[in-house]
Amino acid sequence: MANLQIANLLVQGTQMLLVLALAPLLTGLVRKVKARLTRRRGASVFQPYRDLARLLNKEAVLAHNASWLFRAVPYLLFAATWVAAALVPTFGTGLIFSWSADLIVITALLGSARFFLALAGMDVGTSFGGIGSSREVMISSLAEPAMIMIVFSLALVAHSTQLSTIASVMVAGVGLRVSLALALVALAIVAVAENGRIPVDNPATHLELTMVHEAMVLEYSGRHLALIELAAQLKLLLFISLVACVFVPWGLAPAGAGAGAVVLGMASYGAKLAAGAVLLAVFETSIAKMRVFRVPDFLGAALMLGLLGTLLLFVSRIL
Amino acid sequence: MALAPTVQLLAALSAVAALLVLAVAGAVLARGPLGRPVVYGGALAVTLLAAVSALTAIPAPIGGLVLPLGIPWIGANLRLDALSAVFLVVVNLGGAAASLYGLGYGRHDHAPERVLPFFPAFLAGMNLVPLAADAYTFLLAWEFMSLASWALVISHDKEAGNVQAGLVYILMASFGTLALMLAFGLLAAGGGGFTFEAMRAAPPTGWAGAVVLVLALLGAGSKAGLVPLHVWLPLAHPAAPSHVSALMSGVMTKVAVYGFIRIVFDLAGPPDWWWGIPVIVAGAIAGVVGVLQALLQSDTKRVLAFSTIENIGLIFVGLGLALAFKASGFGGAAALAFTAALFHVFNHAAMKSLLFFGAGAVLTATGSRVMDRLGGLIHRMPVTSVVMLIGAAAISALPPLNGFASEWLVFQAILLSPELPAWGLKLSVPAAGALLALAAALAAACFVRLYGIVFLGRPRSEQAANAHEVDAFSRAAMIALAAICVAAGLFPGLVIDALQPAVTALIGVKMPAQSEVAWLSIVPVAESRSSYNGLLVFLFIASSALLTAFIIHRLATGAVRRAPPWDCGFPNADPVTQYSAGSFAQPIRRVFARTLFAARERVEMPPPGSLAPARIEITARDPAWAFLFLPLAGLVERIATRANRLQYLTIRQYLALVFGALVLLLLVLALWT
Repeated sequence: MANLQIANLLVQGTQMLLVLALAPLLTGLVRKVKARLTRRRGASVFQPYRDLARLLNKEAVLAHNASWLFRAVPYLLFAATWVAAALVPTFGTGLIFSWSADLIVITALLGSARFFLALAGMDVGTSFGGIGSSREVMISSLAEPAMIMIVFSLALVAHSTQLSTIASVMVAGVGLRVSLALALVALAIVAVAENGRIPVDNPATHLELTMVHEAMVLEYSGRHLALIELAAQLKLLLFISLVACVFVPWGLAPAGAGAGAVVLGMASYGAKLAAGAVLLAVFETSIAKMRVFRVPDFLGAALMLGLLGTLLLFVSRIL
Repeated sequence: MALAPTVQLLAALSAVAALLVLAVAGAVLARGPLGRPVVYGGALAVTLLAAVSALTAIPAPIGGLVLPLGIPWIGANLRLDALSAVFLVVVNLGGAAASLYGLGYGRHDHAPERVLPFFPAFLAGMNLVPLAADAYTFLLAWEFMSLASWALVISHDKEAGNVQAGLVYILMASFGTLALMLAFGLLAAGGGGFTFEAMRAAPPTGWAGAVVLVLALLGAGSKAGLVPLHVWLPLAHPAAPSHVSALMSGVMTKVAVYGFIRIVFDLAGPPDWWWGIPVIVAGAIAGVVGVLQALLQSDTKRVLAFSTIENIGLIFVGLGLALAFKASGFGGAAALAFTAALFHVFNHAAMKSLLFFGAGAVLTATGSRVMDRLGGLIHRMPVTSVVMLIGAAAISALPPLNGFASEWLVFQAILLSPELPAWGLKLSVPAAGALLALAAALAAACFVRLYGIVFLGRPRSEQAANAHEVDAFSRAAMIALAAICVAAGLFPGLVIDALQPAVTALIGVKMPAQSEVAWLSIVPVAESRSSYNGLLVFLFIASSALLTAFIIHRLATGAVRRAPPWDCGFPNADPVTQYSAGSFAQPIRRVFARTLFAARERVEMPPPGSLAPARIEITARDPAWAFLFLPLAGLVERIATRANRLQYLTIRQYLALVFGALVLLLLVLALWT
């Protein structure tokens, strides 16, 4: 028992550092693949690390009327995202603290992070901050309920909202199910929206009027901006890990597994991340950005798919 | 079976009596310098003692007492059981906070004689409702509560719209009491009589039980603010002084929830399988409609009033699930859903009172409730802005605060409901779950908007730029409530355990004891199924945030330079270029409110060269007004105009009418038998 606890603590600690270390690399990889797909050479996959290091060492420029909230939000945002990312199984399910927060809590943690970032966008009192915040809350007002519906579908299949339990159930195999297929499509749409990727938002845009996330953080600089960027990278990693651990759980090391299983888990996790990055880059390159007021239709589809999946499971346990 | 009076019951009755004495004292002393300290200080002491006494009464045995008052052959039946005690705790905690706040806030009241007598009377009424154990005493206390709050709603009668709000309120309150009166009539018709004990012994059978459910939903629902009977609430709650708004929104709606629980769960007998459906549907609709309308408002207190409708919706979804589970024999799940509803009752009382106090503090400091005249108050009101941030985060259901804990329990209850055998429930429960999730996300948007416009950004008026922090009493009341929100969020297991005697009394089963779970987690069903630990989540976030800040300041840099805002190189000094309440809501208004509330924007752009200002006009209508109440009012008006002719008849015609009426009545009597 005590050995299992120590092993789980090790897994938890490794995971916390692993997600932090891999998140910039994942973003770098997506950018690199996108560049190659558009026939550019692109920056090195390690460029995000250099960006972060440079931002961290610069002084932070604050507007004259920025309040304490503006300075506190980057830390809160980063901490909430990091904690959430640390609770999603990556290479193994034996996370010692997974019982402290289930998938609903993880969703809500991301919601908290967004709540505070949207407030920070309004703190300085510029019109671009307001436009970003107001669009962000509109998008999240549809993405969050869709996410909750996806959680419901998964929880009804696995009889649990604990992510470790869900992952173990999925490893054991639940067969092909209509409800899970609907949940997967919905989760893909939500992941795209939550991470501000094309077609909902464009992370590389330079036109303020089309910005959502970037407009919110327009006033940030230096270490604050570094933390916000890192949090965004962690969030992308979190969503890819979530899809991986629920829908392609093969290779996950079970709780208390030996070193061999852990190495296998890490290798398969790396492969899944790379596959996720390539898929995202291909998707983003092959589609155009939507107008802001088309986004609700897109996300409404996710909400309806999630609800349909849940309804199917209410009607029959085997669908 | 006669119950013996317990110490706690006698204490609760003394509290009611003391509050009534304070009401008289308020009427006498109102104009003097002693009025405010005596009334609010006295009410604070009485409600605090009553709250402690009620807290000890939750696990205590039931106390009963019959006073020789009221209708001679019934008397005034009083009873203090676990459910009453839970609601007395909520009433008196809210009352104590409002009294403390009133000590400072009341100083700015220009007509204290219109508030001081009614404030303790209102508290006395709300204290008496949970104690009543017969229909007469219940309705008397209910009406007393309504009338006292009505007097408080019209206390600022010079302000535009307040008298109108009072009129709508008193009409809806009368309608609600009428529905409750009919419900009690049906319950008493079972055979026993008008005491609750007799009703419990002979519950209604067949359709009578269903009618009681509908009447309770109408009667208590109209007081609590269920859609479409909510129309009075956003008019009346903001019209009262802010500490009374807090009481009405935070506490009185909970007394209405108590009335619903008492009638439907306790007196109406075992529920049918479908009873849960109307309750769940009404709750889910109230949730979404309430929060969407909150997003369209630009008056701080109206935003809060509409948000109350949303939270009442969440509570009713919990109650409806509990009814459905109870009817189908799933005791554990019913206990979970019922606990979630009671927990949210407690949470909402704390956070909504806190938010109304904050809105009152802003009103005191700036003289305005209009969001577009505020802004930047985080710099001017350091304490109020922090506690309001806690309140806004709590009501947006963000972990690790208390609003999230109760919402999480409701979601866990929903996830147990595929076990329910009935098809109607299988289809309505997931839809209600989706609507609740939508309402929660919209609530977060609503409070980002409220907090962002009022406290952040740059001041939009002279008054906002020169605001000052409010007095120490108001600050103390807000800090106390914020502490309750945080504590109930970090240690939800304690609150859940404290509620269990009431759950056991009404459901027959209780939730597993949370105090036995390691690390103060909450585990509603089984550990493998779901668990949540607010304290640990909080510690994780706090420690990683602090650690990050420490490492960055140590290893990288902590240098800060102040500069003008960047704003993409075009900073505009004028605060009106900021996002306003209307523009912030524009995306959500376009997505959700266009069909539901017929929200329209009309933009008037002057031609080039013209000096006229550009204008935007936003209109929206409440479907409850447009399709229910205005046609109803029109109908009443038309009938009244027709009936007006009866006033101008000759004496012969009047006599003929009397004769006709007599014949008709005799005919009815003859045919009846």
